[in-house]
Amino acid sequence: MALSKLAANSFDLTDNYALTGTVTGVVSTQKLFLIKNLDASSSSTLSFVDGASSVVLDNTYKTYLFKFINIHCETNDKHLTFQTSTNGGSSYGVTLTNTNFRSAHKEDDSFTFFGYVDNDVAQGTSFAVINEGLGNANDASASGELWLFNPSNTTFVKHYMSQFSGMNFQSPPQATNYFTAGYFNTTSAIDAIQFKMSSGNIDSGRIALYGIK
Amino acid sequence: MAFGEVGTSLSKIKANSLNLAGTFGFSGTVTGLADETPLVLLSTFTSDGSDATATFASGIDSTYKEYLFVFNNIHPQNDEKDLQVGFRDGGSDYDAVKTTSYFEAIHDEADSSTSLGYQTGLDIAQGTGFQTILRFIGDDNDQSASGIMRLYNPSSTTFVKHFVAVGSSVTGGDYANNHFIAGYINTTTAINGVQFKFNSGEIQGGTIDLFGVV
Repeated sequence: MALSKLAANSFDLTDNYALTGTVTGVVSTQKLFLIKNLDASSSSTLSFVDGASSVVLDNTYKTYLFKFINIHCETNDKHLTFQTSTNGGSSYGVTLTNTNFRSAHKEDDSFTFFGYVDNDVAQGTSFAVINEGLGNANDASASGELWLFNPSNTTFVKHYMSQFSGMNFQSPPQATNYFTAGYFNTTSAIDAIQFKMSSGNIDSGRIALYGIK
Repeated sequence: MAFGEVGTSLSKIKANSLNLAGTFGFSGTVTGLADETPLVLLSTFTSDGSDATATFASGIDSTYKEYLFVFNNIHPQNDEKDLQVGFRDGGSDYDAVKTTSYFEAIHDEADSSTSLGYQTGLDIAQGTGFQTILRFIGDDNDQSASGIMRLYNPSSTTFVKHFVAVGSSVTGGDYANNHFIAGYINTTTAINGVQFKFNSGEIQGGTIDLFGVV
């Protein structure tokens, strides 16, 4: 006769059990899910395409969060940029309108800046700057985050917003705090996103994609 | 003891004596599972198309030190209206006293206008009114606003309560509007409720998720 039931507390749950089957009925409170890490290695582009390489960029999540860790560029004084796709990454060039501004402070205390910058896009399809004038010194990089709201929605335009801290190209460099936000002016679902430098490769760094339910 | 149910005499099942390739459906409470998330979803407001307010009347307490609201595609009934927030400090009204700052960057689709600056008409100095957090949202079918708002340690009875909001709107005049709001609720009474509403008209679309940040 099969052993059909184990009474509660008859299990030593302080041991380690590796389940290779399926566990159901466990209610997880998890709402922030790491979907994919992409690590640059002299990469001309880093792309997250829904359905490819374990990437999810659809209505599974309402909100997506990209985190950028120590993005280091090959070529001095280049911008980190991004665009999106509505055709599975076949092309990246969705019409967008955005704003750009930054604050900056030079290491020798000789210069500060706060203001709007003209890297903005008005109903254009070019790649959008999300960090400006990154330096390529060995210790230079940029880190930050980008929120993408409801990309699979087919009723509304698609909002995003980002903030980056960067070490810029000058000597001595500036600490830059770069803000962008805007919208991809389409009611088609966005299903892929691509990041690249305005010229040259992303030599190193990580972009992590999270989904928020 | 009936066969088929093992009682207290069995104190431990040795590792590898259980068929872990099977399927186990737990109906009780499983604790101790490693949970990767720093976010716990507490509640979601989903517009039914004609909401005067979006109210989070419960779930904001001492459980979490930080609460995160995520706004997706908030859509107004009337053109160029502002989504605003009020905080409840123990009574029934969302009228806790606030001091806040507000600045924004804007850029129009025609590329004819940009600006970055403080908006003196949108801040609050020791006022009880609602604070604008998503501004000038257009009412075209595809227009909306999205963003986030963080509320820190609302249950503290020692400190004032800080909050920070960042939003992205497409305005009725076809501008991208990026707005930044921060301030504090100037009370040492716990904040236990948050309400959002437009300065005029209904919330006719969108969702607001409330997360506790672990």
